Amino acid sequence: MIKFLLRRLLQAVPLLIGVSIIGFGLMHLAPGGPLAVYTLNPTIQAQDIERIKVLFGLDQPVHVQYAKWSSGIFTGNWGYTFFGGRPVLGVILERVPATMLLMGSALSVAIVVGLAIGVLGATRRYSVFDILATSGALVALSFPTFWFGLMAIYVFALELRWLPSGGMWELGEEGSILSLLRHLILPTLVLALVITATWSRYARSAFLEALQQDFMRTARAKGLSLRVRLLRHAFPNAAKPLIALLGVELPFLFSGALVTETIFAWPGMGRLFVDALTMKEYPILMGMMMFTAIFVIVGNLLADIAIAAIDPRLRLS
Amino acid sequence: MNFAAALARIDTAAVTQAPLLSVRSLQLHLPSSPQPLRLVDGVSFDLRRGETLGLVGESGSGKTLTALSIMRLLEPPLSGCVHGEVALDGVELMSLPESEMSALRGRALSMVFQEPMTSLNPVMTVGQQIAEPSMRHLGLGAAAAGARAEEMLRLVGIPDPARVAASHPHLLSGGMRQRAMIAMAIACRPALLVADEPTTALDVTVQAQILELLGELQRELGSAILLITHDLAVIAENAHRVAVMYAGRIVEEAPVDLLFAGARHPYSRGLLASIPRIERARLDILPEIPGVVPGPGERPAGCSFALRCARASARCHAEVPPLAAAAPGRRLACWNPLDG
Repeated sequence: MIKFLLRRLLQAVPLLIGVSIIGFGLMHLAPGGPLAVYTLNPTIQAQDIERIKVLFGLDQPVHVQYAKWSSGIFTGNWGYTFFGGRPVLGVILERVPATMLLMGSALSVAIVVGLAIGVLGATRRYSVFDILATSGALVALSFPTFWFGLMAIYVFALELRWLPSGGMWELGEEGSILSLLRHLILPTLVLALVITATWSRYARSAFLEALQQDFMRTARAKGLSLRVRLLRHAFPNAAKPLIALLGVELPFLFSGALVTETIFAWPGMGRLFVDALTMKEYPILMGMMMFTAIFVIVGNLLADIAIAAIDPRLRLS
Repeated sequence: MNFAAALARIDTAAVTQAPLLSVRSLQLHLPSSPQPLRLVDGVSFDLRRGETLGLVGESGSGKTLTALSIMRLLEPPLSGCVHGEVALDGVELMSLPESEMSALRGRALSMVFQEPMTSLNPVMTVGQQIAEPSMRHLGLGAAAAGARAEEMLRLVGIPDPARVAASHPHLLSGGMRQRAMIAMAIACRPALLVADEPTTALDVTVQAQILELLGELQRELGSAILLITHDLAVIAENAHRVAVMYAGRIVEEAPVDLLFAGARHPYSRGLLASIPRIERARLDILPEIPGVVPGPGERPAGCSFALRCARASARCHAEVPPLAAAAPGRRLACWNPLDG
């Protein structure tokens, strides 16, 4: 098992190097360049810009710049923001808890509800429930997330005044759990709605696949109850493709609740990304790209481990 | 197995017994136009305790569907199209509610499937899977059921049951897996064992071992076995009686030695003639039955075999021959039978 982990981690190194080269190259090719923001500032003169250029190391050849930046990734120095000169890694990590909280709660809701809908749909295929669930998922996926977000704010925050419209805490209530939970509800539900729609479809097809296997008939031939057949026989087999999907999707979910975080003014990674994009904060954008890449690798590794734990055929000796 | 001895025992002891399994007019017709698909078309037979009935026929003749109908293992919508009577030890199975039927499955009647790889759950150990029927039907706890699973594995001739019980199916050979399937099926000592092509997926040498094992278990447990196969050689060595199925119907039924000595239905005769024999000249062409089995939606009005039959008369094309007693222990559905 340790050998397997080490090998997978070693395989990740060239992947990360590739991602960093492509990302660095793209940022380098982007019009404007990192110094463009200073040219708009009338108080900054040409010699200041030259000085900043030298200070940032932008006068050096591209490969030297890349070497400096990429070696910093491993030592924890991810560069500094243009505005404020704060360490990039710190700026990103600061946003992680808020995103984790929102994503964690939305995913938990979505996986539980999505699995339940999927299992019911698969066991009662083409029933009224299955048809309603299928069309409901299609509707939820067809509407843009921002529409659901705005509707939720309109109904629950503006009209009914049950819940706050955005942010994490009321002013002066920072750190209060109750206030945090109240702020968490709407963005969680909006985000969960979309993820539930996708996951109910995944779960349905994974369970249909598992239910059609020969060993499910064997389980019936043994006289096992529906509950035992579903939980002990179908579930572990259906869970395998779902876990693999989760491993791939999780990193993107964590880096990318862009719309929901923006609409609900949730101070997470998604909003950091949108803000950095509008402000041409290249160091932050490149940092987030690397962060996501690392997450993808870790997510897949965790999924592989989980699947190997379920299915002995995939265990490497 | 000592076939003659077993037959003798059947003849003396079993004839007076009421049948364990009694199947009457079993039907599986799927609604379709212009005519329904007659997958199983009025199958009737009896099976006594300790007896093996071989159900033989080409693929598509309805053998497996007959077995699944008896076990009530068909899924909707097929399950809703099954009609007829199936009595096990006097209990009418077809009208039982699903909860009562599932209490019988694995206990009073159980099934061994053709493909032991896909019929076992890949993520559970063999021991866990064999233990399940004992937990479900005998009320054993996990530990007791696990011990019983190892005992069952020993019974089916596995030398190191503890290791095999702890293994997952993919680590075992095909023969070992089928032994495990059989151990699972007999865990609660069922009165009826339905074996659907139990050796088709196995090597020839392993086939013989598995069939021998079934025979031994039958002598030990006294179970009745419904042995489904397309392989007449398997029937010849392991069944007491044989029922030949063609296009969803039984066309001939006889004690196995009588059928092999002289089949009376032209189809049975053709089937027997198409077995390759070592004593035949090498370049001899294997006799075959001309034509193909009519599909379940294109059954002719008369005998289904009439179109391929050299002896067919006008009556054969017009009227379905009933399966009627031709001699003691022999039934035949043919208007122009051959001499026995």
